[in-house]
Amino acid sequence: MTTTLVPRWLLVPAALGTLFVGLPIVAMALSVDWSSFGSLVTTEASTDALLLSLRTAAVSTLLCLILGIPLAVVLARATGTAATLLRSLVLVPLVIPPVVGGIALLQAFGRRGLLGSTLDVLGLQVAFSTTAVVIAQTFVAMPFLVLSLEGALRTAGTRYEDVSATLGAGPTTTFRRVTIPLALPGLISGSILAFARCLGEFGATITFAGSLQGTTRTLPLEIYLQREGDPRAAVALSLVLVAVAVLVIGLTRARRDSLAGGAP
Amino acid sequence: MTSYAVRSRTSYAVRSRTAVVAAAVVAATAALVLAGCGTSSGTPEPLGTEGGSQPTEARTLTVFAAASLQKPFEQIGRAFEGSHPGVTVKFSFGGSSGLVAQLSEGAPADVLATANEQTMAKAVADDLVKGTPTPFASNTLQIVVPADNPARISSLADLTRSGTKVVLCAPAVPCGSASAAVEKAAGVDLTPVSEEQSVTDVLGKVRSGEADAGLVYVTDVAGAGDEVTGIDFPEAASAVNTYPIATLRDAADASLADEFVEAVTGTQGLETLADAGFTAP
Amino acid sequence: MTGEPHALHVDLTVDDRDVALDLTVGQGETVALLGPNGAGKSTVLGAVAGLLRPDRGSIRLGDRALFDAATRTWVPPHERRIALLAQDARLFPHLSALDNVAFGPRSQGTPRRDATTVATRWLEEVGMTAYARRRPRELSGGQAQKVAIARALATEPAVLLVDEPLSALDVESAPDVRDLLRRVTHDRTTLVVTHDVLDAALLADRVAVLHAGRVVEEGETSRVLSRPTSDFGARFAGLNLVRGVASDGDLRMPDGRLLHGIAETALDDGAPAAAVVAPSAVSVHLDTPHGSPRNSLNATVTDLEPHGQLVRVRTDLLSADITPPAVADLGLARGSRVVLSVKATEVHLHPA
Repeated sequence: MTTTLVPRWLLVPAALGTLFVGLPIVAMALSVDWSSFGSLVTTEASTDALLLSLRTAAVSTLLCLILGIPLAVVLARATGTAATLLRSLVLVPLVIPPVVGGIALLQAFGRRGLLGSTLDVLGLQVAFSTTAVVIAQTFVAMPFLVLSLEGALRTAGTRYEDVSATLGAGPTTTFRRVTIPLALPGLISGSILAFARCLGEFGATITFAGSLQGTTRTLPLEIYLQREGDPRAAVALSLVLVAVAVLVIGLTRARRDSLAGGAP
Repeated sequence: MTSYAVRSRTSYAVRSRTAVVAAAVVAATAALVLAGCGTSSGTPEPLGTEGGSQPTEARTLTVFAAASLQKPFEQIGRAFEGSHPGVTVKFSFGGSSGLVAQLSEGAPADVLATANEQTMAKAVADDLVKGTPTPFASNTLQIVVPADNPARISSLADLTRSGTKVVLCAPAVPCGSASAAVEKAAGVDLTPVSEEQSVTDVLGKVRSGEADAGLVYVTDVAGAGDEVTGIDFPEAASAVNTYPIATLRDAADASLADEFVEAVTGTQGLETLADAGFTAP
Repeated sequence: MTGEPHALHVDLTVDDRDVALDLTVGQGETVALLGPNGAGKSTVLGAVAGLLRPDRGSIRLGDRALFDAATRTWVPPHERRIALLAQDARLFPHLSALDNVAFGPRSQGTPRRDATTVATRWLEEVGMTAYARRRPRELSGGQAQKVAIARALATEPAVLLVDEPLSALDVESAPDVRDLLRRVTHDRTTLVVTHDVLDAALLADRVAVLHAGRVVEEGETSRVLSRPTSDFGARFAGLNLVRGVASDGDLRMPDGRLLHGIAETALDDGAPAAAVVAPSAVSVHLDTPHGSPRNSLNATVTDLEPHGQLVRVRTDLLSADITPPAVADLGLARGSRVVLSVKATEVHLHPA
């Protein structure tokens, strides 16, 4: 128990806040038809959707890392108007509705989009493919990774990187052995956020990628569809999605805590 | 004596704290309710009087209707308001299954019009409907293609050509079950690249050119503008969709609701529906 | 060109920090850059290490240009072979002490096994073998600084830059680390910046006094600390410096009074000269003392401050170090009129 004093009246809105977030989840759990829960969540459509969601979210998170880490480093170390503009641009997917993101992606990568004919020539058909799902997820999730990592990099500063350089380490070695290890906590929490965002992605996916079982219909799309067909299945699947999200966050957090225990 | 005073003060303190919590809960709830007020349809205030409407009284009629009915129903609603002074007609358009689900959860409404008979049957089974639903319109499927028809589609069989990107409604939604019925009757097996949530999503994919063709209702194509073209196909006759309408059991003003149903199924209502592409049931 | 491949020649200007200096550190020599905080010392080190780019001038290591504004030469820090020891140890928090020391050799391509051997040897050299597996947060400030020294030296640098290495340490561990620095900087080209005259006295062969970004005095450590020619040099050395003109073997001060002393070299009459007097050689009286030493000078007390076991009495003329009981006996306060006396043999005159 910490001894830090919290004003007692704060507990009231805090409790209300907890209720506000917790109540819908509890209510959903209560409304699940537990006798048929097993059969509802193990239908082919449900397992296909769950596996597709996990697979695409994993690939998208990886893509976020590959593209987002360099972007975060550049943003954290750059100054000036160009950097400010770049930062605003990178954060756009965070503030626009996902459906708008999906429309924008269509204009860029769609069949009749800016790069559509180029991709066509290369034999790449993005529309209605799992690739489109990954593109949509990466688009909406990357700002979470970039923001979180950029913050960590700024906090860490360049002091250790300077030391590394005077010890004879080139920029790449410094990046690999100093910059990244020191920003690891931020990188991990950013990855969790990005993965969770990928898992929950709906609007951009349905607009840009379509909805076909096993190919583009991720768990959120399946849940939305089941609302029309079988609302009980929608509730059951929603609970599965919540459980998966909580599990992922819990596991990575535990892992991060053990890392934090090893290095401050 | 002293101990009594102390106890009294304590209990006062406890009570006052509880009161603060209660006040906060009430305030928060009130804020939510107020925020919701702007969008939720108000319950009709007075109960309908026996033997007809009183034109001077302000009343509200709430109609839940399938999304495809939006344009003609809004027109009918305006006409209804014109002939019934003091009456305001509020619509909630959406997917038929979703509307029925809302009603089951207790959403207040007076009239329900669905895009097919199965969904209405569900409402009847849930004991939401007063009396027997009346079929008032029907709708058939049409092939929808981008205006420039890049895949040169002219028949249902063309949709089976390999490389043709076809988008359908998912079987769980009414336009999807109609599509499935057409496929079955025509003996073709379509392999869609996507099974969309709603007609709007199918239209969106065709309009943007992502898909070469889709199956939607005639009325949807009629309302979609110049960017898409509708192509009739004979097999559509095997899946004519009938729209039923009914007054709801919990209608606050059943007689007014009945009058609206009559307005829809009457000559003028049917004319309006025909203008939007619907055919008679 | 110079025949000293590890001699450091610095001639640089950094406009936005208002630093402009010209300094040479000979091969194997240790030079202390002495100056108060904000004098631009760290700017100089940053420029030499390659962490900031001067506006003009050049930096050379032997014949090799590390920076030359004229030819637009710029060698990045990791290719300079110049190690920097900072005020705080700045050990990489995610690496053990051993891996911190092995970092430099590994970065330069030494295989892991060999790098570990080198690191082990350097940890032994600084007496930190027992702490090889410790993480930096498990080390005290002094221990961390020793590991940092080992880490810097394990890269076999041509030049060692040292930035106030003891300022962050407590009084117990500072002497230990200072001894170690003294040992490892011997025969190594080293530039130390410090505001602590003790660091300079113990580590440096030569001292350069920096004020407002300019070198105001430079010379052998013992000479600068005993016979400073600049006010700032004198202030660091803790000595009184009085300027005037030579007059018949004595010093005539600007107010016309004479200060009798001993000239170490012959002084030309009328030439600018300066007198250096240790505060401990000055005594304070309320009236002109009997026995009359050669120098008895009226002065006004401007300040009193503790100085070790003594009290430093600052006046408008000379400072004097006297005991606290003496201050009490004399009833000194700011503004007290006093007579300062100092033996002529304690007044060292030299040309200024």
